[in-house]
Amino acid sequence: MSENAPDIASLARQLETLRPSLLRLAQLQLRNAAWAEDAVSETLLAALQGAQRYRGTAQLKTWVVGILKHKVLDQLRHHTREPTLADAGDDEADELETLLYRRDGHFQEMPEPWTDPCGELQREQFFAVLEACMEHLPARQGRVFLMREWLEIDSATICQELGIASTNLWILLHRARLRLRECLQQNWFGDHES
Amino acid sequence: MKIPNNCRDISGLLLAREDRSLSLGERLAVRVHILTCRACHRFEKQTLVLRGALRQWREHQRDDGGPL
Repeated sequence: MSENAPDIASLARQLETLRPSLLRLAQLQLRNAAWAEDAVSETLLAALQGAQRYRGTAQLKTWVVGILKHKVLDQLRHHTREPTLADAGDDEADELETLLYRRDGHFQEMPEPWTDPCGELQREQFFAVLEACMEHLPARQGRVFLMREWLEIDSATICQELGIASTNLWILLHRARLRLRECLQQNWFGDHES
Repeated sequence: MKIPNNCRDISGLLLAREDRSLSLGERLAVRVHILTCRACHRFEKQTLVLRGALRQWREHQRDDGGPL
């Protein structure tokens, strides 16, 4: 064994401390506890198997989250055509539009000025609210939104991976963004502007 | 083609812009509308704040520092 070989036992311990974070991210993207567990287990296994390739140059978490993104996408591909992907709640978004806009297409209420929520002191709190709002998106909207914003996959590729038409994707993303905006207005920006 | 000109249309385009590139006509419609509409101007600012915040969140997820 070479002197530079990473200490597998210590790597395994470090990986185990990352598990809760990985699980949270996987669940946020996949919206299914069993799929998330599988993605995380596969990630940890791959990390241990690839230990020789991890030379400590990249930060451990950066490296492992990179693996997780691939494993999560595998799960999405695997399960995407299962009927569970179609869930209720995607059609009520028109109610939100009615709340936001008048019949003539004007805003019901003047949008409030938002200030950058990522200042040093409040960042962690804001991220918690942001994640809660993402969790509250209907599952299909949440999945495509996270594919865009966390996995950073372009829209055309998402359509291919999920086997959906681009017009459907636009509708899902539009509703997700509108809903997320409303959730953040109510739970973060509204409170903090007073 | 119907020219998008109310706040619902324009804010819809401002959201769509996060996921696809707008056509020249759409970009023009947005610019012209925002010149005179304070509400959509604010809405656009909100989309930019959110874009930046999501980027920071994404970067935060792959940092080693701190708990997630």
